Amino acid sequence: MASLIPCPHCGMRPKEEFTIRGAVPDSRPAWGAPIDDPQWFSAVYLRTNPRGRLREHWYHGAGCGRWLIVERDNLSHAVHDVADARARALAGDRT
Amino acid sequence: MRYSVASLIANAFSGNRNWTPAWREPEPKSRYDVVIVGGGGHGLATAYYLAREHGIRNVAIVEKGWLGSGNIGRNTTLIRSNYLLPGNEPFYEWSLKLWEGLEQEFNFNAMVSQRGVLNLYHSDAQRDAFTRRGNAMRMHGVDAELLDREGVRRMLPFFDYDNARFPIMGALLQRRGGTVRHDAVAWGYGRGADEMGVDIIQHCEVTGIRVENGRATGVETSRGFIGCDRLALAAAGNSSVVAAMAGLRLPIESHVLQAFVSEGLKPFIDTVVTFGAGHFYISQSDKGGLVFGGDLDGYNSYAQRGNLATVEHVFEAGLAMIPGLSRVKALRSWGGVMDMSMDGSPIIDKTPIPNLYLNCGWCYGGFKATPASGWCFAHLIARDEPHPVAREMRLDRFARGYLIDENGRGAQANLH
Ligand SMILES: Cc1cc2nc3c(=O)[nH]c(=O)nc-3n(C[C@H](O)[C@H](O)[C@H](O)COP(=O)(O)OP(=O)(O)OC[C@H]3O[C@@H](n4cnc5c(N)ncnc54)[C@H](O)[C@@H]3O)c2cc1C
Ligand SMILES: [Zn+2]
Repeated sequence: MASLIPCPHCGMRPKEEFTIRGAVPDSRPAWGAPIDDPQWFSAVYLRTNPRGRLREHWYHGAGCGRWLIVERDNLSHAVHDVADARARALAGDRT
Repeated sequence: MRYSVASLIANAFSGNRNWTPAWREPEPKSRYDVVIVGGGGHGLATAYYLAREHGIRNVAIVEKGWLGSGNIGRNTTLIRSNYLLPGNEPFYEWSLKLWEGLEQEFNFNAMVSQRGVLNLYHSDAQRDAFTRRGNAMRMHGVDAELLDREGVRRMLPFFDYDNARFPIMGALLQRRGGTVRHDAVAWGYGRGADEMGVDIIQHCEVTGIRVENGRATGVETSRGFIGCDRLALAAAGNSSVVAAMAGLRLPIESHVLQAFVSEGLKPFIDTVVTFGAGHFYISQSDKGGLVFGGDLDGYNSYAQRGNLATVEHVFEAGLAMIPGLSRVKALRSWGGVMDMSMDGSPIIDKTPIPNLYLNCGWCYGGFKATPASGWCFAHLIARDEPHPVAREMRLDRFARGYLIDENGRGAQANLH
């Protein structure tokens, strides 16, 4: 894991300041989807779990307090991209 | 060659020049009855029991590294059967029984040492939970004892009993638990399987799974295509990557777990102890090194190395339990990639592809399971039906709501 993460709000910060929630889900049930929609099972229990590039939700608890989307390589530890999750969502990226 | 005192003496007198390799290094054939992906403990044990228990000997194990390069050679060697639930406990107890007879059976010294496993408790609530666990074990015919504080002190006098925050109140003890030399398990099963005709193909990475008319017909590898009637996956931390080659998405995340060894010390701890107030456990190897570990690093990883923050966390937990550790120097640390399942329990099951079988989700506890996992997986592959002690370890239990929730954490265990 990389030691320093470039937060779009705070600049370079040690990774211990962040909490990693896990992979950004590949898909989510539609708003109001019924409880037996198979999408729920897949969103809650199944993982693509790629080896290599991965997009995750990170929370910058000891910094700006914002949710971020971090794209990193879980084999080489390179960090490719860090973006504000809400800004991404407002720009139309709903995943 | 059968190993014995006589073979040892004969070879010593001939200058140890006549030992033969413990297994062959065959070229892959074009087709096998069963191909197993992954030459870790579980893959090797599966091949061994397929040959020995079911007479299926036209089997290949395809391993991308060398035999024992995965978690089978990276774990902290603890074995025990102190599980709680009907879906788990009979399986782990069967594994412990197999451990007890293993060395005689496969004619290899795996240094099985039943030195006991203690789980410390630090509060009334924790004692009650351990009492319940111990009772559940005894109802399954498994040994369990509840020790009070003085009982633990007699075994381990140098712990921090009066820690203001986490006083040690007692422990759940399973005397039949202990440690096993992990590499020797891989070598013993590998040698035994090879003797019965199984091909162990090392340095051969599976890069694709060929599925034709809804059946798996073989694997593409770095050494060419290998055909098979039945395909079995036992790739541990890489399970998702291999299963994706057949179009499957698994309830698995890959995480890194670290372990540590100290410099060699005189005999210090003659049992296995887990801390109940933080994630830390420790034993001492026959060479004298303290072998210890703790929690996952806590993020998805396929890198077999972890972070310093976790190293610090593990050491702090260790010091809280045994203050004397502060003067011990750590010698080495390493990491292994764990296939963390969504309820913390394993999967030994068929898949939607009828001749494709799956063994995964061992999390950080799969070493102790090696013999039973191989036994039950071989049973499933040979008979196409689950072994009774593994029948709850199904792939579809998440969709059906039948989780094996060992730690009572509810629908999303978040153990990872
Ligand atoms: C630090 C650490 C401590 C642990 N401590 C304990 C413990 O004390 N007690 C306990 O019970 N468990 C413990 N475990 C867990 C245990 O080691 C694992 O659950 C278990 O070893 C996994 O099964 P395996 O032996 O078959 O895995 P592995 O040995 O990892 O076997 C899987 C094999 O598949 C191969 N493979 C992967 N992809 C491919 C491919 N595409 N083609 C060909 N081959 C492939 C890999 O190279 C690997 O050799 C620990 C694990 C770690 C990392
Ligand atoms: Zn920030």
